[in-house]
Amino acid sequence: MHRLTIPEEEYMLSGHTACLGCGATIAMRYVLKALGKRTILSIPACCWAVIPGVYPHRNLEVPLLYTAFEVTGAAISGIREALDVMGKEDVNVVGFAGDGGTADIGLQALSAAAERGHNVFYIMYDNEAYMNTGIQRSGSTPMGAWTTTTPGGKKRMYKWEPKKSVAEIMVAHNIPYVATATIAYPEDMISKLRRAKEMKGPKFIQILSPCPTGWRYPPDKTVEVSRLAVQTNVFPLYEVVNGKYRITIKPKNPKPVKDYLMMQGRFRHLTEEEIARIQKHIDENWKALLKKERCSQED
Amino acid sequence: MAIILPEDPTPIAKVPSTENKTGGWRTFRPIIHYDKCIRCYICWKFCPDAAIHFAPPDAHPSPKEALAKFDTVEINYDYCKGCGICANECPVNAIELVLEEAGGEEE
Amino acid sequence: MKMILTGNESAAWGARLSRPKVVAAYPITPQTSIIETIASFIANGEMDARYIRVESEHSAMAACIAAQNTGVRTFTATSAHGLALMHEMLIWASGARLPIVMSVVNRAMAPPWSVWTDQLDTMAQRDTGWIQIYTENNQEVIDSIIMSYKIGEKHNILLPSMVIEDAFILSHTSEGVDIPEQEKVDEFLGEYDPAFKLDPDEPAGFGSLIMPEGPYMEFRYKMALAMEDARKETGEVVKEFNEIFGRNYSPFVEEYRTEDADAVMVVLGTIGSTAKDVVDNMRGEGYKVGVARVRYFRPFPVEEIRNIARKTNMLGVADRSYSFGPGANLYAETKSSLYGFTDIPVKNYVMGLGGRDITPKILEKVFKDMLLISKKGVVDKEVEWVGLQGDERWS
Repeated sequence: MHRLTIPEEEYMLSGHTACLGCGATIAMRYVLKALGKRTILSIPACCWAVIPGVYPHRNLEVPLLYTAFEVTGAAISGIREALDVMGKEDVNVVGFAGDGGTADIGLQALSAAAERGHNVFYIMYDNEAYMNTGIQRSGSTPMGAWTTTTPGGKKRMYKWEPKKSVAEIMVAHNIPYVATATIAYPEDMISKLRRAKEMKGPKFIQILSPCPTGWRYPPDKTVEVSRLAVQTNVFPLYEVVNGKYRITIKPKNPKPVKDYLMMQGRFRHLTEEEIARIQKHIDENWKALLKKERCSQED
Repeated sequence: MAIILPEDPTPIAKVPSTENKTGGWRTFRPIIHYDKCIRCYICWKFCPDAAIHFAPPDAHPSPKEALAKFDTVEINYDYCKGCGICANECPVNAIELVLEEAGGEEE
Repeated sequence: MKMILTGNESAAWGARLSRPKVVAAYPITPQTSIIETIASFIANGEMDARYIRVESEHSAMAACIAAQNTGVRTFTATSAHGLALMHEMLIWASGARLPIVMSVVNRAMAPPWSVWTDQLDTMAQRDTGWIQIYTENNQEVIDSIIMSYKIGEKHNILLPSMVIEDAFILSHTSEGVDIPEQEKVDEFLGEYDPAFKLDPDEPAGFGSLIMPEGPYMEFRYKMALAMEDARKETGEVVKEFNEIFGRNYSPFVEEYRTEDADAVMVVLGTIGSTAKDVVDNMRGEGYKVGVARVRYFRPFPVEEIRNIARKTNMLGVADRSYSFGPGANLYAETKSSLYGFTDIPVKNYVMGLGGRDITPKILEKVFKDMLLISKKGVVDKEVEWVGLQGDERWS
């Protein structure tokens, strides 16, 4: 016998071509464990367009429609409507896209799909840059990060703008379910997906998926980095159910952001002053989130 | 000379990726010290390659009697890429990473 | 049933009779009344389809692709900039081998802004792997949509089709149209039988990565073979349609008084009806001229063009768009089809861009220019722009 805290069923096969210690791959494992076999996925250009392997290989036990970079929202709308018109309302339809395909090039199609209210899941696996093309800055790249298009140099041209909050953009669409999750907390992620599954309409979940290749840390630290992102309040875990915020994991004594930053080569160049600026930014975001939780839970 | 064309009109990938033995990518080989293993399955949970599976308790008996009825785990070296997440996450340091050359031949 | 319909209403009727289950659409002049008419059909319960009001044409095509890949018939419509925005997904649709049918209303591309007819929009998409049919009247619009589903859905073809009509000249002009009976259309088309679909019971990845040594090239070759099959099967489908619905379409090229013509004008779309009228008048005056109206630009009717060249001494090719190559596209492809086959003179007449009117008077002057070349046996100028402001020769 074995006692498990997440479903045993496996819908992601071994033999895929993801990098060592890929966080996005762990995210997919959990998403499919939570949603089960009656699921159809659509994946745009992103790491996951390559991870399943080269034709004729597949590494998922569910059907997958590959699609163009910017159209995940439109593709899942088309699949959903076609399934419904055929009477297959029980099948989950999931868009599974990276942060570039979600925060940047695919935001328009995602916004429209959310506004139209299709009964779909949209999973943004957030590795905070265009990793499949080799670590270029996206709107979801965090403040202070090195990428190949924010390479630093003499002018310290790093990504100084704050990370775009796609989850908050989705909250503004008044959809039934928005959540954040990360791979170090599989039980939290799976319970969110299961809660979302009970709701009709668009469900959006942003999963922080650390990338050893792009974040510049050893591959065995993927889960540790993910955990630290939560324990430092860099990436708070929360859900917004019909507009009501609930923080699902509240670190009792948040660790300094520096601990998280210094684990990763992409932040290695930061000065004490810059780290302090990022700490302040993270603290403000956390306070704002606490406020949203408090205000939205009133009345 | 006959031209060889795929049967499908468009690429429809149906062959399971388990054909690809990604174990060949490995530099470090995780080795489970079953005497230390507490059967918590955290290694199974976090494996990005789904390369850890359950095995019956007697496959690798635990010296601790309380754990005797619990299944054990095995690493599938055909697919394990040696990322080391299992070793890093193991709460009792029961998984050791050894350099592949030093670890000997493939099983 | 006879009705007075615009070209756009005819397109909507063509869609309605073909029973697509998902329609994804975005407005753009001069196409908008197609999707408005379909919306009212659905709102009134006259058409049973899901209607996705997407935020762009790019998403319209993406949603059609996804829905069709899930196993249902789909339809959309667009024009000009919308079609250009779709470009990426047009190639996706054909590569994914999904027999989507789309109405396209030919409209000029900006800048400068112009909503009037011009075929640059569809010509720019000629290499996307779509079947392209250019229509001449509203009856042909409705009939071609129905036939396009039938042709595209054959399992040896599986290619999407654009049914193209000229802006305003057809899209917003009413004429009498015979609406085919629904039962007969149902019987003609049959239930949609997808060659493959997304199915949770059969996990598969549609459109996955292929390395250079993998069969990417073979899949493209299969598309080329499918386009050749479309060439073969279209004749049969058109013949069957003619018999069932009492029409008289010639599959690829409609020839008009070409038998003994000294010169034949090769045209697309509504230039055809004006040209035929001019031919009748000129024949009355003893000029031996004819018209070849190309219906299918993809697949291109190479054999048919060669046959016409056999019967005449000169071809004048009228293009309502320009390509910055050796001439406009209909001309370039016509001439290419004839290379090494005949040495009769072929001349390109570029006209009517941005919706400029192509009058019988202009076409008569073009025919007379063609007859002169026919007599001399040599072309004075390979590409002639007809009717530029200040050029008195054509007015």
